[in-house]
Amino acid sequence: MFLSYFTEQPMGAYPEDEGLRAGYTSVLFSNKHFDPVEGSRLYRERLDEYRLAEEVGFDGIMVNEHHNAPYCMQPRITVWSSILAAITERVKIVQLGNPLPTYDSPLQFAEEIAMIDMISQGRLVSGIVRGAGQESICLNSNPAYNRERFDEAHNLLIKTMTEDGPFAWEGEHFQYRVVNPWVRVLQQPHPRIWVPGVFSPETLIWAAEHRYPYISLNTPLHLTGQLWEIYDEAARRVGYEPGPENRGYLLRVHVQDTEERALECGREFMWMQGQFTGVGHPYWVNPPGYGSDSRRLTYTKLANGLLPRSMAAPFDDQLRTHEIVAGTPDQCIAALRVVLETCRPSILMLWGNDGKVDHRDSTRCIELLGREVLPALREIGDELSLKDPFELGTPISLALTPPEELHPAG
Amino acid sequence: MTTISTSEGRRVTTTVADIELRAFEGGEGRPVVVLHHSFGNPSWLPFHARLAQACAVSAPDLPGFGASTRPVWARDVRDLAMLVGWWLRRIGRGPVALVGCGFGGWVAAELAVMWPEGLSHLVLVGAAGILPEQGRILDQVLVSHSEYVSAAFGDRVAYEAVYGAELTDDLLLQWDRNREMTARVAWKPHMYNRRLVPLLPLVDVPSLVVWGGADRVVPLECGERYAALLPRASLEVVEGCGHAVDMERPIELAQLVAAHIGRQ
Repeated sequence: MFLSYFTEQPMGAYPEDEGLRAGYTSVLFSNKHFDPVEGSRLYRERLDEYRLAEEVGFDGIMVNEHHNAPYCMQPRITVWSSILAAITERVKIVQLGNPLPTYDSPLQFAEEIAMIDMISQGRLVSGIVRGAGQESICLNSNPAYNRERFDEAHNLLIKTMTEDGPFAWEGEHFQYRVVNPWVRVLQQPHPRIWVPGVFSPETLIWAAEHRYPYISLNTPLHLTGQLWEIYDEAARRVGYEPGPENRGYLLRVHVQDTEERALECGREFMWMQGQFTGVGHPYWVNPPGYGSDSRRLTYTKLANGLLPRSMAAPFDDQLRTHEIVAGTPDQCIAALRVVLETCRPSILMLWGNDGKVDHRDSTRCIELLGREVLPALREIGDELSLKDPFELGTPISLALTPPEELHPAG
Repeated sequence: MTTISTSEGRRVTTTVADIELRAFEGGEGRPVVVLHHSFGNPSWLPFHARLAQACAVSAPDLPGFGASTRPVWARDVRDLAMLVGWWLRRIGRGPVALVGCGFGGWVAAELAVMWPEGLSHLVLVGAAGILPEQGRILDQVLVSHSEYVSAAFGDRVAYEAVYGAELTDDLLLQWDRNREMTARVAWKPHMYNRRLVPLLPLVDVPSLVVWGGADRVVPLECGERYAALLPRASLEVVEGCGHAVDMERPIELAQLVAAHIGRQ
């Protein structure tokens, strides 16, 4: 099993009442509510927590990127990745993910990840995403071309990492007269690419067709079976048999010495009214042209108030369904066994701390996860044969799979 | 070209550069072409019908909007103007009086600077295309479809006269497709083109600029700039009216347009 620590780096110090008053906590939620003194303190605390996560035995540290919102203080994923490359020695740096379509220069992004891969001595996993709809607004990147830009930026990135320059790139959305970045990734032919998502069938199929592991972001456990069916069908269509090595799962897990304290801190996962990408209007979440045509009517009805917005289930319900796990180490291990048996991922991202959980509680959570929960998870993983891509040496993509190993269905 | 007659006028399809352009047509007389707002042309509107009493009116769905097919290659409003120009050549009515409303006004202004000889008259109604110096053009991306269209009207009664009280699935789908097409060509910069203003003084065409005095979508200052930049323009402000003058005061606008065409 590959076990990774994650925090979305919440700005727990923001005035929550202002968010409730505004009715949203993204895009237009004013940054006058950001306190840089508190921001600096929180960033420094994260440094200690990440070092601790490595020390207690995590295999990876996951980082992500969001904009204009108190739920995430990582507006540039490569910045924290770079810091991790310098302050850690062993853990993988797992980017889930780089919002490729929102970058105006995929070439410069390729240069950045080459630097991170070399400085970390080959510890980078470079996940890629389309970026949530709000990011298209915040970064003013045209959502109508988001998927096209994602595909093209991906293709350019792969070519940049796997072929010698110089070459020219004359794409639909990106053009370079010279692609010839001096710095190149250490991991050859390129770092592993993982694809996180919240259950978009198009993205699931895309990931499967490229043989990139799909990291399901806190999808309700009872839906993960359907999710893997979509992935598996696409995988078999292109010629390989998928397994746990293709599957990742991100889950909110908070552990403390006592159940009472764990539940108190665990309730902080509900701080954005339980919406882990914050609270935004549906027309920000699905800006023009961002969604697929098949769901246009649903999204448009949502945007215009004709369908109820899906609100997160109450905390106690989420505990019962294991969408949130909070408790003592033993309680968490028991709940996570159910998660592993049901979802069967080989890559597990433990989202440990959220909201206003303070540094002391965050630290204790990481210690307990590392010293008590992780060893148990590894045993369960062995018992359930949940081997991760590193253990199995799985090809890093379909393109880099030996042709004789591929047997397309039908 | 195919023609289907309905009680609301004829629906005509014309193919230009492999794009099928659908238009409502009606009336006889001097040719007038009406270009719609970013939220589209819901039907043969009272404004069209009134104009058609004295003119040959054609109201196309802009490329990629409504029932017209999408030019996937189009990247800015000039591409749409180019297609409309070729469509005008294809329908072969000679110079037309071009009336552009809101976003369609921007398309009309772009067409006017690239092909003035194709136009007998130009009428811009609450036209986008110029960056306001004081206010801002309402950003449809930040509000819902219904909020945006409602903001184009000075009052709810006028809105419901066009769209009714209910949001039907067909209407929502049309609004969303139109919103997507608007984003494809006008996402950034949003609703203006810095390359348009320097060329407007070249448009030697009799021009009328009409603005709702209560326009909440495109500030009146943009109308004043259009009127100042176009060498043969006058400005008419319809007091108390919102952005969509064509839908809110159709008779008044039709009279203004008819008078403008008749004058010169």
